Amino acid sequence: RAYVFGEDVKFGGVFRCTSGLADAFGTHRVFNTPLCEQGLVGFGIGLAAMGNRAIAEIQFADYIFPAFDQATAKFRYRSGNAFNCGGLTVRSPYGAVGHGGHYHSQSPEAFFCHVPGLKVVIPRNPSQAKGLLLASIRDPNPVIFFEPKWLYRLSVDEVPEGDYMLPLSNAEVIREGTDITLVAWGAQLAVMQQACAEAEKEGISCELIDLRTLIPWDKELVEASVNKTGKLIVSHEAPVTGGFGAEIAATIAERCFLRLEAPIARVCGLDTPFPLVFEPFYMPTANKVSTA
Amino acid sequence: MGLLPLLLRGAPKRFLRASGSYRSLYESNSRRRRHGTDAAAADQAVNSRADHRPDDQMLDFPGAKAAFTSRMEFISPNAAEAVPCFRILDDLGRALDGSDIPEVDSSLAVKMYHTMVRLQTFDSIFYEAQRQGRISFYLTNIGEEALNVASAAALTKDDVVFPQYREHGVLMWRGFTLDEFANQCFSNEAGHGKGRQMPIHYGSEKLNYFTISSPIATQLPHAVGAAYGLKMDRKNACAVTYFGDGGSSEGDFHAACNFAAVLEAPVLFVCRNNGYAISTPACEQYKGDGIVVRGRGYGMTSIRVDGNDALAVFKAVSAARKLAVEQSKPVLIEAMTYRVGHHSTSDDSTKYRSGEEIAHWRSVRDPVLRFRRWLESNAWWSVEDEKELRGAARKEVISAMNQAEKKNKPPLSELFTDVYDTLPRNLLEQEATLRDTVSKNPPSLAPH
Repeated sequence: RAYVFGEDVKFGGVFRCTSGLADAFGTHRVFNTPLCEQGLVGFGIGLAAMGNRAIAEIQFADYIFPAFDQATAKFRYRSGNAFNCGGLTVRSPYGAVGHGGHYHSQSPEAFFCHVPGLKVVIPRNPSQAKGLLLASIRDPNPVIFFEPKWLYRLSVDEVPEGDYMLPLSNAEVIREGTDITLVAWGAQLAVMQQACAEAEKEGISCELIDLRTLIPWDKELVEASVNKTGKLIVSHEAPVTGGFGAEIAATIAERCFLRLEAPIARVCGLDTPFPLVFEPFYMPTANKVSTA
Repeated sequence: MGLLPLLLRGAPKRFLRASGSYRSLYESNSRRRRHGTDAAAADQAVNSRADHRPDDQMLDFPGAKAAFTSRMEFISPNAAEAVPCFRILDDLGRALDGSDIPEVDSSLAVKMYHTMVRLQTFDSIFYEAQRQGRISFYLTNIGEEALNVASAAALTKDDVVFPQYREHGVLMWRGFTLDEFANQCFSNEAGHGKGRQMPIHYGSEKLNYFTISSPIATQLPHAVGAAYGLKMDRKNACAVTYFGDGGSSEGDFHAACNFAAVLEAPVLFVCRNNGYAISTPACEQYKGDGIVVRGRGYGMTSIRVDGNDALAVFKAVSAARKLAVEQSKPVLIEAMTYRVGHHSTSDDSTKYRSGEEIAHWRSVRDPVLRFRRWLESNAWWSVEDEKELRGAARKEVISAMNQAEKKNKPPLSELFTDVYDTLPRNLLEQEATLRDTVSKNPPSLAPH
């Protein structure tokens, strides 16, 4: 009872994510929709409301905005749990890719993190992606799953063949350290790893956390880490103002105020639309993180 | 060189799809084209096409298959005549000559009439209740009772309904009780939706009626997805969605119609064209011939029907449902009607339309009275029956209202449940904090 649909999904999708699925499962289960994001997410809600697993694809996260009205996740709450669309998962490639410009590079996760009822999940590599995606599809709540498009071709990983899920709302410490906590998600973690390696050379021991689920997020794990290190940097590609880093900073400031040894820093995208030729300057690069 | 085109096989499929006698012409052309570099062959192909008169030629673009024409003729914005409106009864409830009355026996007809009267009674009493401050908001169905009930009567209980918000009669027909209506309006603990939404935002899982929500037309694509699911599950059922003339302007209308047609979803789009979207009259909502004409634009079967004629609505919806379920195709039904009441208790429609207009439609064009006349003409209804029903309905509604008003509001825990399937940590914390605040403060804030 699972369906995969979206623009150009049938032939395999513009990033080949759905290659071979139509042949394997038939074109009634894996199919193209007309070019309309609000329609395809709305359609997915209806399918999910009838107890199906509706896996919708938005071709680029930059185009998700027309679907925002449909994505406000009140279906279960407003019906007093008589109905729900938990079977809906919306997948979408997001983030910088080197040449994407305004409309193929955006990171809109913050908009969705403000919607009670939604879950927002972002994997950092293929093996994480498989486990988190399976968990997202099976989670009885609507999930927006942002896939870092930068990593589609770049990331190489050993992915276990069987069926496995990774827990949602669980952050993961991917590098242990004692001097400072760094939090990020998706493709930004590769940048952070670089910065951590640089910092190590100068004797700074960094603890790097992959948030994995942005809402509901794992406050306890981040709090425990900052209680250990006393310092925090949050980093994301999305513009700094109103970005999800602000939520993390505010929460940790509240919970760890007396333990913090320095102000919480955010190393993020600039408050501009995503530029093409200026991309290297816009991005929160390892240099910027190291400086922070 | 001459033999090579003949040796080439496998003309691209799109050429082979061209109809009629041009197929062989296309096949030979395409074989020559696949050769690619032969200019003489290309010239020959073009010339052989030009040998035919322009009007005979077929267009073979992937986007459309149509005949060519050498006459430049714009299609005018409106047809010479508006799409005719199907009706069976005249305004006085008499069957028109040549009408084919659908199979509505006395018990079905009387049940329909009962529901219309109960709906009218409920609307009138609860509207007043809002005016008296007993509930916060109310919205009536006045003028659209026949459309509500007759369309519902043509469906089965397995058909899933995605309403806008002016279709309480559909829910009433299906069996939502007066108590259930009243509980939701009073936002009490027994009400559908656990008091979270404004009054009239009803829903019922067991009656296959998806919960009403205020945003306009968002339910339309949902209905398409649900219909697709029904088709894939091979159910003998369709999805039915209602919306107004205003709702047809929303992007979700366009999205849903297109998806339904392309994906072949068994869904009925029922447009209640009642002439107004709050204060905006239909002439400020669209410039075309209403909503029915758009059906063809999407490749969808459509019909315009007199929404105030219960029999016509019943017949049209029955036929549409059959088509949808048997052929897995969507149908667009534009039911012409009139919104007699104000948009809601937050509206005073005398500010934008005349009292005479309202009075005319409330009295002379009342669909309930029209149906009643037809019942009376069949000797299925009498003045005594009317008096008895009106009296009983009034008593029942008032009783339901009084009972609902007395019940407790839902517990505070229901503020936090159902956001997700289970409470995440952030909500557990927020609930704890809130309860703490409340316990330290005066009882006026107190939940239980």
